[in-house]
Amino acid sequence: MKVTRRSFLQGGVAGTLAWSSLGFDLRPARSLIKELKISRASEVRSVCPYCAVGCSMIAYVGGVGETQSFNTTPHLIHIEGDPDSPVNGGSLCPKGAATMQLALSQERIQYPRYRAPGASEWTRISWDEALNRLARLMKTARDERFVATDADGNTVNRNEGFAWGGGATITNEEGYLVTKMMRALGVVGLEQQARL
Amino acid sequence: MVSLAATFGRGAMTNHWVDFKNSDLFLVIGANPAENHPCGWKWAFHARDHRGARIIHVDPRFTRTSATADKWVAIRAGTDVAFFGGMIRHILENQLYHDEYVKLHTNASFVVSEGFSFQDGLFSGYDEAAREYDTSTWEYERMAAPAPGEGEDAAPSEGFAVRDLSLQHPRSVFQLLKQHYARYTPEVVEEVTGIPADEFVAIADEFGSTGVPEKVGNIVYAVGLTHHTQGSQMIRAAAIVQLLLGNMGRPGGGMNAERGHANIQGNTDNAQSWEILPGYLQIPRPGMETLDQYETPASLTQMDAGSINFFGSNYRKFMISLLKAWYGESAQAANEFHYSYIPKPDKNWSWMTFYAEALAGRLHGLFNSGMSSVNIGPDSNRVVQALSRLKWLVVMDPFPTASSEFWHGEGVDPASVDTEVFFLPTTHWIEKAGAFVNSGRWTQWKHAALPAEGDVKDDAYILSQLLLRLQALYQKEGGAFPDPILDLHWPYSNPNNPPLEEVSREINGRDLTTGAQLATFNDAKDDGTTAIGNWIYTGSWTEEGNMMDRRGTDDPTGLGFFHNWAWSWPANRRVLYNRASADADGRPWDATRPGIVWNGQTWKGDVPDFTPDSPPSEGKGAFIMTGEGVARIFAPGSLMMDGPIPEHYEPVESPVENVLSPTRRVPTTILYEGVAASFAEDDSEFPYVATTYRVTEHEHFVTQYVPYLVEAMPDFFIELPRELANEKGISDLDQVRVSSKRGHVQGVALVTKRMRPLRLGNKVVYQVGIPVHWHPTGGHGKGNTAQMVNLLTPYVGDGTTVTPEFKAFLVNVERA
Repeated sequence: MKVTRRSFLQGGVAGTLAWSSLGFDLRPARSLIKELKISRASEVRSVCPYCAVGCSMIAYVGGVGETQSFNTTPHLIHIEGDPDSPVNGGSLCPKGAATMQLALSQERIQYPRYRAPGASEWTRISWDEALNRLARLMKTARDERFVATDADGNTVNRNEGFAWGGGATITNEEGYLVTKMMRALGVVGLEQQARL
Repeated sequence: MVSLAATFGRGAMTNHWVDFKNSDLFLVIGANPAENHPCGWKWAFHARDHRGARIIHVDPRFTRTSATADKWVAIRAGTDVAFFGGMIRHILENQLYHDEYVKLHTNASFVVSEGFSFQDGLFSGYDEAAREYDTSTWEYERMAAPAPGEGEDAAPSEGFAVRDLSLQHPRSVFQLLKQHYARYTPEVVEEVTGIPADEFVAIADEFGSTGVPEKVGNIVYAVGLTHHTQGSQMIRAAAIVQLLLGNMGRPGGGMNAERGHANIQGNTDNAQSWEILPGYLQIPRPGMETLDQYETPASLTQMDAGSINFFGSNYRKFMISLLKAWYGESAQAANEFHYSYIPKPDKNWSWMTFYAEALAGRLHGLFNSGMSSVNIGPDSNRVVQALSRLKWLVVMDPFPTASSEFWHGEGVDPASVDTEVFFLPTTHWIEKAGAFVNSGRWTQWKHAALPAEGDVKDDAYILSQLLLRLQALYQKEGGAFPDPILDLHWPYSNPNNPPLEEVSREINGRDLTTGAQLATFNDAKDDGTTAIGNWIYTGSWTEEGNMMDRRGTDDPTGLGFFHNWAWSWPANRRVLYNRASADADGRPWDATRPGIVWNGQTWKGDVPDFTPDSPPSEGKGAFIMTGEGVARIFAPGSLMMDGPIPEHYEPVESPVENVLSPTRRVPTTILYEGVAASFAEDDSEFPYVATTYRVTEHEHFVTQYVPYLVEAMPDFFIELPRELANEKGISDLDQVRVSSKRGHVQGVALVTKRMRPLRLGNKVVYQVGIPVHWHPTGGHGKGNTAQMVNLLTPYVGDGTTVTPEFKAFLVNVERA
């Protein structure tokens, strides 16, 4: 698929510029200049992260795979609707069409942050520090608020110490891991975007 | 989704996007798909252009969906049960229903027990002090055991529901329905909804015209129906209309819930929801001490000879297979497969309960993973107070949110907030593989395209690291019941960051004796020899590989099933309940649009939602996920907490009394501590009905970080009808202040004809529209973008699901 598509594009460019009225063949020069930015990119299939129509997308990524050049790193060149999809047939809405800016946003937080009680600023923290501190807080919360047996003597094994509120732009697999782990921790306050 | 499960057996959009091309008539209500689901909605235009389909839009606002519809009427926000109730009455009174379908595929013929009654807006069994129903009278009359010597050769029928296929029994569901909705006359509908009686009748007539085999109508809705104190009953009422008209299970028909986030369906299926486990197994309640006591819900006991009762009869297999996936080798028959490890909540633990627990000082910590409590509310000021009472808050997100920054938000003194806050930056959708499930249940695999920049981590990494650290702490120090944590089966090749492909294979499930991936949930066992993470996804990753990554574009029937594109749960079925697309003899109601057809040996067409070789002569019911074998017009027992038949109540904040009964508000809504005083009791201070919505340029809150989209739709605005603006001396682009009893926002006035004054009896009511997207941490907007609509919304939810009432509340509007 990948190769066919690219060959088709290149063939198309060359074909339309065949013999010009100048009387000599511009093909070699033009095709060098006009080579599309995406022609050396890998096509990666993705799905739009916004609503639940589930529009298929093609992400064109340079600097990976067979076409990787020396001194390049993986970089996103373009995202467009996948014409093969029976759902969207290549179309995207304004949001989907602008996902490049979401993917490449420079406003993303780049490292873990911690805000201490009463503090008025964030401080940078390492992943190890953050995760160790958090695991300790989770254990304390669970140990203090764990109900093994209720007043009627029923085994209930529930943890009322912390709750998980999840979103809906994580995958099935991540969502399943959340459920598996949170229920193992005895969490009863487990929710996601669906009710909202 | 609870209401769809209560009616049909599964909580999901019944058809799918491409299938819209098979519809003759669309009723779009509580949704604006032309703006919010544009690439799916184009299939409605396909139906319009290729088969002459028509589109009716019912909405408080005239939107781009209305602009592309054949007819639009304005409805008062929060009155959809009255609208559908009127429609049910109209369909019954004028015999517009599909009689053969109703008898064959619904519980219209079931007889309800003698103790059931309805009076003054209340069903039998109401306990006013507890604000809940004893639902024991909401049941069918059951058959007794045959007397000795009688009917010994007959099939067992004891406990089955009594039926009257003539539909004449005064306590049959059909007659109760007639009786219940007799009050919902066009004049009453007008007085409640604001839709003029003649326009209402025209719509009821037109949609009612699909109650014939050769026509199919499609009801399309979104959170405009769910975000109400009676949201699940609005959806139930719409579902009843579709059942009466015979529009369920058929290509082009259905109850099509448009989900608003990329994987909201998948994350519901995988049970990030307090009351369920993966695959819609219920969370056990206190007292269900053993697997034997982990009862199959009452709704899943066989109640009719024709019922296949697939879910009910396999419930135990699915539960034990889940426990094997979670607890591996340590889960054995002798220890009940560690059933005791599953927590057993004693109360509702949905969103608003989180904050109530925090405010009461009981909840230590909260995770916000890819969502933001403060943005989404309701009553964001209350949520901020709740977060301030937490010991710790974790935000896992690529971008800052109003929750991650709540401790230095407007009006908050950071020194007074003792909450420890962690911001754990996560990777984006484009940086990782995995499955997204679209609204129509198509489960589509995406591939990782890019490595992430910066020191950000996958969600799976964060979860694993916390788990491994907790295991080490419990191992070393002991603590409260460490066993479920220490025994958790985490068999991944990289336990520090499980590859999602491996997790996906676990969700599909495998045979533990052969090690092979299972191809079908029919192979699930209850002896511990199968491990299945989520039975409804069995078949998604088989020995043949990842079915969700398939890209076949063949469509041999021309009906848009596309069975070789990705994979659709369950079992790659594209239209749910498709047995109902055929009559008693297995012939399609409409030969040009067959769902499945009996060919003498087997059912052909879509993947049958039915036993594939069960001939029509066996008379098995089309709805295999219900104990009745048919769809439920009347939802018995505790499927719905606020009534077995939908009844209209006013929103918690409403400008009028309830015309239909003296019971003004849904009688079973949870009233959280201290919230009653935060509701406007009448319209004296806050006279206008407000409703909230999205615009096409934004998706919830995250697109404030996308400059192109901010440029396209830059600023927070308030949409006002011209008549109200004139009355208030407000001009277009003036700054206006909108206040509710809970908070206020300020924005640019958009004076419009798209919202109209509604006449309810002698009263004129104005509605105001407010978009949801803006928030103080949101990137690029102009000066006035720090306004969150959820500062206004009421802290109260649906009578069954506790979904907040975002879509109808009272406000005042003034020039700022």
